Amino acid sequence: MDLLIQHLPALQVVLPMLAAPIVMLMARAPRLAWAATTLTTWLTLGVSILLVQQVLLHGSISYHMGGWVPPVGIEYFVDPANIVVLLIISLMGAISMPFALRSVEQEVDKAKHGLFYAAFLLANCGLLGITITGDAFNIFVFFEISALASYALIAMGKDRRAVMSSYQYLVMGTVGTTFLLIGIGFMYIMTGTLNLIDLAQRLPEVNDTGTIRAAFAFLVVGISLKLALFPLHLWLPNAYTYAPSMITVFLSATATKVAIYVLLRIIFSVFGYEFSFSELNLGYVLMPLAMLGILIPSIVAIFQTNIKRMLAYSSVAQVGYMILGVSFASTLGLMASVVHLFNHAVTKAALFMALACIIYRVGGVSLDRMAGIAKQMPWTMAAFVLAGLSLIGIPLTVGFVTKWHLLLAALEGGLWPVAVFLLGTSLLATIYIWKVVEAAYLKEPAEGAQPVREAPMSLLLPTWALTVACLYFGIDTSLPVDLANRAAETLMGGYL
Amino acid sequence: MNQYVVLRVITKLMIPVILLYGLYIQFHGEYSPGGGFQAGIIFAAGFVIYSLIYGLDKAQEAISPEAAHILAALGVLLYIGIGIASFFLGGNFLEYKVLLPDDHAGETFGIIGIELGVGITVATVALTLFYSFAGRERD
Amino acid sequence: MEWLGLYNYWVVVVLMMVGFYIVIAQGNLVKKIVGLNIFQTSVFIFFISLAKLDGGTAPVYVEGITEYSNPLPHVLILTAIVVGVALTAMGLALVVRVHELYGSIEEDEIHEQDGKH
Repeated sequence: MDLLIQHLPALQVVLPMLAAPIVMLMARAPRLAWAATTLTTWLTLGVSILLVQQVLLHGSISYHMGGWVPPVGIEYFVDPANIVVLLIISLMGAISMPFALRSVEQEVDKAKHGLFYAAFLLANCGLLGITITGDAFNIFVFFEISALASYALIAMGKDRRAVMSSYQYLVMGTVGTTFLLIGIGFMYIMTGTLNLIDLAQRLPEVNDTGTIRAAFAFLVVGISLKLALFPLHLWLPNAYTYAPSMITVFLSATATKVAIYVLLRIIFSVFGYEFSFSELNLGYVLMPLAMLGILIPSIVAIFQTNIKRMLAYSSVAQVGYMILGVSFASTLGLMASVVHLFNHAVTKAALFMALACIIYRVGGVSLDRMAGIAKQMPWTMAAFVLAGLSLIGIPLTVGFVTKWHLLLAALEGGLWPVAVFLLGTSLLATIYIWKVVEAAYLKEPAEGAQPVREAPMSLLLPTWALTVACLYFGIDTSLPVDLANRAAETLMGGYL
Repeated sequence: MNQYVVLRVITKLMIPVILLYGLYIQFHGEYSPGGGFQAGIIFAAGFVIYSLIYGLDKAQEAISPEAAHILAALGVLLYIGIGIASFFLGGNFLEYKVLLPDDHAGETFGIIGIELGVGITVATVALTLFYSFAGRERD
Repeated sequence: MEWLGLYNYWVVVVLMMVGFYIVIAQGNLVKKIVGLNIFQTSVFIFFISLAKLDGGTAPVYVEGITEYSNPLPHVLILTAIVVGVALTAMGLALVVRVHELYGSIEEDEIHEQDGKH
């Protein structure tokens, strides 16, 4: 047990990485590949939970890869800020796997299952790696690992447009990570180090040079591409719409969240609050972009007829809320952003899972095909409605917790127009969720539509698990809010 | 391109040299420029030249796509296996010096093992890439 | 002529912009990948040129030599090159699939076939 505890940070990344080649070899036995992947994701979740416990008990953990002491060696660093993100990723991996069995069997060619699950594990490993590592170059490498795996996963969608959207994602994603690499290169020449903590200590000496400012710009723009900040979000709607349902669930809950975490790490921990917000006034850039990013994609979402695409646009809007919290540059705003990472992951995953149930039975999720579906799939639609309420931000759901803290942060900063804006945009979310509810509950099924049955249990249970989480954490907010508070305080404090 | 005698003969002469050079780069990687990445690519290049001259089928008789798949996975497993072995011997992940009683011998042993894993994976992945592009039917 | 002394930056910036321009302006999917490669390579050259020390030799231990080029950027870029190769392979594989599914690798023709994008 001591051995296990000691190596937890390494195991977090190594477990999925170890399982990926083994699963790849199980190409002939799809069920076995699925079982091995599920086991791995549950073990990874176990490691994350143990890590949370260790961090809460004993404080931050630093793990030296290969026994080399940082800043020379690569360090894995777990503190209250990234533990939340690790937990989100492994939780979503663990919940989406039981769901995957039926959904993937229907949507992906059977011969490719081994490779599909191997790629899924690599995506998981990459995302965990980005979050846990304390080395700037390592972040780049893990970004590419997770991105390459997600390009492959998205391209496995049934629609031929999946391939094209994967290609677009590849081009934009690569530009983003290359920008990140340039930024890392600039920081490395000026300081001679790649370790994030060491960078945070050495950067203040060279802060006023053009090189470091350029590095900052490259890093922020590169990461913004990956996190789909408006107007750099163009890859996201297509990628989410045409990917296999289970991948949409997983990526929507994790991929952009991890990029947001990296942005927070860079601007708060590495460059520091002073440099980012007082000297360079990053808030003046982020706030308008975040507000436009909430407004425009929400309006676009209203006019979509494909519900998966509608929710993809809503994801862009939700990224806007998270960045808005960051742009307040206060502990409260940051805390709202971090808590929204968790809340949005749970809510959006529940919504996409409900859609995946409908796709499983009906074959598509355009508005007209969903007409009258509520009578035939009452449990699925009930989950959709509850998670939808959370997306809007109705009290007693997790969505409300975020909106409430964002409002408080806006008022604390004296930005009452932003507070009004927040309330107004919730109305937009109400409109697009209502459109779905109207079609599913009030309309009659189209003439000649095949009657369908309720989704099978293996799909319904994970969906409802997440829906219940939406409600539970909306009523008993202590766990996510407490974790987010610690995370926000850690981030504001820098690495000192 | 099977019909050109010159190409066939030269290729036959070249391939052993290429493979040997790949192995040289592989095993000198730990104290001079080289290592698994470069060696793997050079090694795969030998097979690629062979299949360009003698045809894809012949090359796949030497290493079938399935074998390449399995070897690629085994290479990664070798890498991670060495990393995990150092857990149980009291080190951190990939801390080679605990692998053998003598620190220096352990480090040499570890890095050679790791580079071998990298080399196998890179060579077979490069080959797999070539197979899957070259093996596609023209439409 | 001091600005010529930093000619490596000029090379890098020009290459980077050329690559980036190709990615944005070209409609051909393969050409976009080529542009992406040029774009990435410029960053690789940037890292490698930073590592060079005037009068320094390769970082291999030899008696009597005290100045070495910095080996760390070389290692980083080796990794980045491998990532780049994987990306190129992935991108080209997608282009092959696109060609099979649409019979074209021109962006506008593909969008035309799908109605709107």
